[in-house]
Amino acid sequence: MVPRQVLRIGWALVLLLVALASSSVPARAVSSDLEPLVGKLSERSLSTKAQTIREIAEVGSAEAKALLETLLAGQVYYRKDDRRVVLVEEQDSAFAIRDAFSGEALGQAEKRSLKRVVINNSIRGFLRGAIARLSLRAEDPDDRLHAVESLYDELTPDTVELLKSRLVEETDDEVQDAIRVALALAALDSADPAERAAAAQRLAESMDQVVHVRLSALVREQDGDPDASVRAAAQSALREIDQNRSLYSVVETLFFGLSLGSVYVLAAIGLAITFGVMGVINMAHGELMMLGAYTTWVVQQALPDRLEQSIFFAIPAAFLVSALVGVAIERGVVRFLYGRPLETLLATFGVSLFLQQAVRSIFSPLNRAVSTPEWMSGQYVVNDALAFTYNRLYIILFASVVFAFLVVILRYTTLGLQIRAVSQDRNMARAMGIKSARIDSATFGLGAGVAGLAGVALSQLTNVGPNLGQSHIVDSFMVVVFGGVGNLWGTLVAGLTLGVSNKLLEPLTGAVLAKIIVLVFIVLFIQRRPRGLFPPRGRSAEA
Amino acid sequence: MPRPSFISRLERPDRVVYGALIVIAGMAALLNLVVPEGSAFHMSTFTVTLLGKYACFAMLALSVDLVWGYCGILTLGHGAFFALGGYAMGMHLMRQIGERGVYGNPELPDFMVFLDWQELPWYWWGFSSFPFAMAMVLVVPGLLAFVFGWFAFRSRVNGVYLSIITQAMTYALLLAFFRNEMGFGGNNGLTDFKDLLGFSLQTDGMRVVLLVTSLLALGGAYAICRAVTRSRFGRVVVAIRDAENRSRFLGYRVEHFKVWAFVLSALIAGVAGALYVPQVGIINPGEFAPLNSIELVVWVAIGGRGTLYGAMAGALLVNFSKTYFTGALPDAWLFVLGGLFILGTLFLPRGVVGVFTKEKE
Repeated sequence: MVPRQVLRIGWALVLLLVALASSSVPARAVSSDLEPLVGKLSERSLSTKAQTIREIAEVGSAEAKALLETLLAGQVYYRKDDRRVVLVEEQDSAFAIRDAFSGEALGQAEKRSLKRVVINNSIRGFLRGAIARLSLRAEDPDDRLHAVESLYDELTPDTVELLKSRLVEETDDEVQDAIRVALALAALDSADPAERAAAAQRLAESMDQVVHVRLSALVREQDGDPDASVRAAAQSALREIDQNRSLYSVVETLFFGLSLGSVYVLAAIGLAITFGVMGVINMAHGELMMLGAYTTWVVQQALPDRLEQSIFFAIPAAFLVSALVGVAIERGVVRFLYGRPLETLLATFGVSLFLQQAVRSIFSPLNRAVSTPEWMSGQYVVNDALAFTYNRLYIILFASVVFAFLVVILRYTTLGLQIRAVSQDRNMARAMGIKSARIDSATFGLGAGVAGLAGVALSQLTNVGPNLGQSHIVDSFMVVVFGGVGNLWGTLVAGLTLGVSNKLLEPLTGAVLAKIIVLVFIVLFIQRRPRGLFPPRGRSAEA
Repeated sequence: MPRPSFISRLERPDRVVYGALIVIAGMAALLNLVVPEGSAFHMSTFTVTLLGKYACFAMLALSVDLVWGYCGILTLGHGAFFALGGYAMGMHLMRQIGERGVYGNPELPDFMVFLDWQELPWYWWGFSSFPFAMAMVLVVPGLLAFVFGWFAFRSRVNGVYLSIITQAMTYALLLAFFRNEMGFGGNNGLTDFKDLLGFSLQTDGMRVVLLVTSLLALGGAYAICRAVTRSRFGRVVVAIRDAENRSRFLGYRVEHFKVWAFVLSALIAGVAGALYVPQVGIINPGEFAPLNSIELVVWVAIGGRGTLYGAMAGALLVNFSKTYFTGALPDAWLFVLGGLFILGTLFLPRGVVGVFTKEKE
């Protein structure tokens, strides 16, 4: 892939050049305006300082904005001896200083030799407004949106004018909406009750916390709005907002439920394969997940400088490791116990204890933390009331991919055909020339490998430790039994149902009680439908 | 013609079991209480308590063998009945503490004072009475087993499905008992017991009494199980294990037999739990852990199921090696236990006792 890399580097160079060119030209143009102003910041008088700052804001360049931000952060000082204004970064006990205008590094300085450019609250307020105004012209729509939102609290007539003019130029829908909210907020202070009521109505669309606070203040009994129509408008807007919020919180709960359900599905689906095809309960399934999680950790340790990509190496590695161990379990233990499911259960439980202790001896009993890559952290913000965390989104995605992978294997490959044949009628399949012993190994390996994949997912959610498998095995069994043995779709439906109902119950009852209720529900459900949601049909059902 | 004596009417395994129980009880009383402490033959109180624990475990194994070995119900939740019996006993012992708790509250156990509860929850009423508590030791596990078994067996939940829902049952109880709001001491469980029926639990004499009581109960449970399994009821139960549908077609109400076997087994497990708690001095939700229940199935599997005495032997064997290994080689214990599971099921399908009784069949 050399050509593509070359191309990419080429693009990067072009972009860099453009950026340099565009940034250097205005910098030279404004330098004459900014330089004397920077020097004036060392003036003692606050009113002079305020005037200077106002002038800096009027310059309006990116440098000016950066300077205002450092001022607000309290990092602008001047040297006592030559009154040179400098930017300061604290390093241990000493200060590293740079020239406030050119950015030229001036080495370190004693604390005593510097004096901070002191500002008061009114200047601070002005700074915030000014920075926001400057940000309104930022390139990135997100920055502009942020700037508008930070203005919600400081809507002076100036800013309102500014926002109005900005609204005409603004191209981004979200920023436009935010500006409208800001204008409506400003209109709440209008003298005309009709205008206030209209503003309150317009605010019903917004999910912002500030809006909620302002509207709530309007409808208060004592110091609320004097006009009844405004109060009514605010009231109905609030009602709408609350409705929307509860709707969003339901959406969020569903999302949490789906992501939990995806974890259930991932953990249970390998089990469903071995259970369904071979009638074998693999109690070591949880430990195979644990091996997958440890593999992720080992891969990450082996590739310390590729933290972001290591997970893509970990996925196949975990599949292979777990699948190999699974095949070994099948060859070494399970195949001697076919037709005796309860004995298999015990023997594989022995295997699980063995694996647990092996991991404890090799990796120590302490938990290992697998670090999450950068691109999986953070969240996708829909609005103030709703945000989706990326790692949950990726879990859902990953579960879907794994599920699809299994469906494709079982349905469209020769191996899948043979697996289905053996699971439906072992003797007939053998008579047709299928080596059922080989298929058993492959099936067990496939189920185990999927457990390894589940382990990769779990390593991103929890700490990796020797007990990781045990804490998930009971849940996995519940999912398989609920869904109906040997039915991939049943496992999918069961896992998602249990995940969602767990999360729906949680706010009402608390997490532990929710789990208990779900368990009791499954126990009762099994009484009604002893073969799960989707019972197996045909010959295999009669066993 | 003289009637055969009581002893000679017993079968060989019975004679061995009863004999062993009597010998252990006598030895413990003699070596712990009579032989002076310095002597090489002195049995430490620690050993007495350990034996008492083993006796309770053997009883628990017996109860599992009754349902698994004879009725073919592989339960992975029998620890729940054991723990419930233990909690009933623990509640009585908590009420006996009275004002001697850390907070000195005459009415409420310490953990309730700590949670700032004002009065005793209704389900704690009556537990200060010993007969009531003993009745609860039987009623609570028995009732749970009856309700659970009634629903499960009536709808013909079988095989691994049953195993898994029994596991769900004990797991749900584990989670429930972990909650402080349940009023059973939450995470810490019930502990810091002082005395039983007015006798301090810490004295050597009381330890020996508890051991002897456990051995008596074990003997009694064994006798009951032997009688039940040899009765008509027991034969039907074995028939159900071997061919459930055929038994049903012959006209037996399979679910009734299964439920009563299950209830009897739960009662024995409950009593075992009740005897276990005063000896170890604590009961906490950990006893409900699914792992515990699985482990005790292994005792039975290792010992040999369907023989009763095999289950008891298995419980002793596994627990003895557990005591030994966790002391000598703590890291190796799980390897050993895992190995026992695997090798036991692969090579000893009829357990350890199967090796010795092979020539019979």
